[in-house]
Amino acid sequence: METVLAFVVGGLYAAGLFLMMRRSIVKLIIGLSLLGHAANLLIFTMGRLTREYPAIIPHDSNQLTGPFADPLPQALILTAIVIGFGVQAFAVVLIKRVYQTLGTDDIDRMRTPDYESN
Amino acid sequence: MNIFLLLPIVIPFLTAIFSLLLWNRWQWQRWLSVIGATLLLAAASELLVIVWRDGIQAAQVGNWPAPYGITLVADLFSATLAVLTGLIGLVVAVYSLANIDDQRAQFGYYPLLHILLMGLSGAFLTGDLFNLFVWFEVLLIASFVLLALGGEPAQVQGAIKYVTLNLMASALFLAAVGILYGLVGTLNMADLARQFRTSAPPGLVTTLGILFLVAFGIKAAVVPLHFWLPSSYHTPPAPVSAIFAGLLTKVGVYALIRVFTLLFIQDIGYTHSIILIIAGLTMTVGILGAIAQNEFRRILSFNLVSHIGYIIMGLGLFTPVALAGAIFYLIHDIIVKTNLFMIGGSIQRLQGTGKLRKLGGLYVAYPSLALPFLIAAFSLAGVPPLSGFWPKLALLQAGLEMRQYAIVIIALAVSLLTLLSMMRIWQEVFLKDRPDDSEVKIASPLSASQWTASLLPILILVAITVIIGLAAEPVFKLSMLTAEQLLDPTDYIQTVLNN
Repeated sequence: METVLAFVVGGLYAAGLFLMMRRSIVKLIIGLSLLGHAANLLIFTMGRLTREYPAIIPHDSNQLTGPFADPLPQALILTAIVIGFGVQAFAVVLIKRVYQTLGTDDIDRMRTPDYESN
Repeated sequence: MNIFLLLPIVIPFLTAIFSLLLWNRWQWQRWLSVIGATLLLAAASELLVIVWRDGIQAAQVGNWPAPYGITLVADLFSATLAVLTGLIGLVVAVYSLANIDDQRAQFGYYPLLHILLMGLSGAFLTGDLFNLFVWFEVLLIASFVLLALGGEPAQVQGAIKYVTLNLMASALFLAAVGILYGLVGTLNMADLARQFRTSAPPGLVTTLGILFLVAFGIKAAVVPLHFWLPSSYHTPPAPVSAIFAGLLTKVGVYALIRVFTLLFIQDIGYTHSIILIIAGLTMTVGILGAIAQNEFRRILSFNLVSHIGYIIMGLGLFTPVALAGAIFYLIHDIIVKTNLFMIGGSIQRLQGTGKLRKLGGLYVAYPSLALPFLIAAFSLAGVPPLSGFWPKLALLQAGLEMRQYAIVIIALAVSLLTLLSMMRIWQEVFLKDRPDDSEVKIASPLSASQWTASLLPILILVAITVIIGLAAEPVFKLSMLTAEQLLDPTDYIQTVLNN
């Protein structure tokens, strides 16, 4: 399972970076969110992939025994997903605003701040 | 638990909430903002006094013991930066009274400003890497909106680049944090430092260090990861770019210094050499960019990039004196850059343009802006006895001691070029006669109270620059003690884990 997820994470990174290098701002934003998902899946894999063993301490013991998946990375991912959701929502509004203001979605035409107009 | 550890985070948070409650009475938000920032400065100063007197302070939020819960820590480094956050927050809040238009104030400028300050304080005071990520996101989302607020074409175009590069840095940071957790099983910085020091650190650690270097390097805008900065920082209104220039890149620098003194010191010959090379590149490329520009705040943006290099240089040399120099430089740079961006913004406001070609004659027209500019510019270039001279001296001395002659020569040359780029502004904007063909439309003239609110923060920061320059001894002592704390984190680890 780890191997499969390793390839999925790698594929997500590749796809995200590829999309970010396109000229359309829509693809740029999709690429960014794919990068975020890749990072989240990476953390998920780091927390060990163990099925059917919830991280619950049994009644007659005071520590976890046996195989279990580390719950902390999953908590981290939850936080990261929520943050990513907020940031992507903002990014989507931003590209809408950019499109309305400039009438183009081509990142190559968004150079006003880089060049001095006379 | 020490309440003063929480106050620098809670005060801006409450200010932001009360500002939101006053959404329809946005005029009140302006004064609430000044009050909130004053309280923040007071609380942060008290924290610095406590840390100075009683040593490092730590608090476990939620009462979970150290490596499991979220820790807030204030050592001298954190506390100093929290004070600077308060100071810059206060001057920018005052400056905003006159330089933020009513529309922006109506659409949530003030709540966002204080969320930004909260994010900064949180990032400086946290002792947990994932929590640092969260604070980064808090301040980033606030800065995204501040940058785009107003929706002028240049602003949204700058915002696209700023948002993209910073989100990419966040994704890298998050991935690095995840891998680190997988390797070590903790994200508490003190616990990480203890484990790295007591047992042999796992092999991937240096690789991870480089991943952190890239992630924080993007945020700190070091060459070659700086491209987003000069294309976005000059687009928003003056108060926004002033606080960005003062504090936002510095939080990246703070994170770099923190992780590369506390965590990733396994292979100093490798990682810190890379940092030193980056420092040289940053100084050189930044200043050459500044010389090629023809607009006030764009020149300043490139100078901002260039002078990050000096701070990184101190980290790369990695001796007590070098780190002390870097911390002193950080303090100086925050104050001077904020000031220069406020002066530049005021001139743009008064003259309707920031282009050097169209400006002129301001020495006669506005001597009260010219003189502060001159002092800040000289300080930036490192002319004695202003605040920029002493840290530069310490850095050069440390460079010579370490026999890193190349970086010393670059640092000296970049100082001269900084002076050149500042004198170009001085010549073009202040001394030269006002060009006749200047079709500048002068924005509405400032009323007396607006003029006071614009000038007061500039004069306060100039005064601080001069005072730091003339009485460098206490600041240098603070920097030296901070550097010693950073290089020997035994206290830090002890305080956090035994709290």
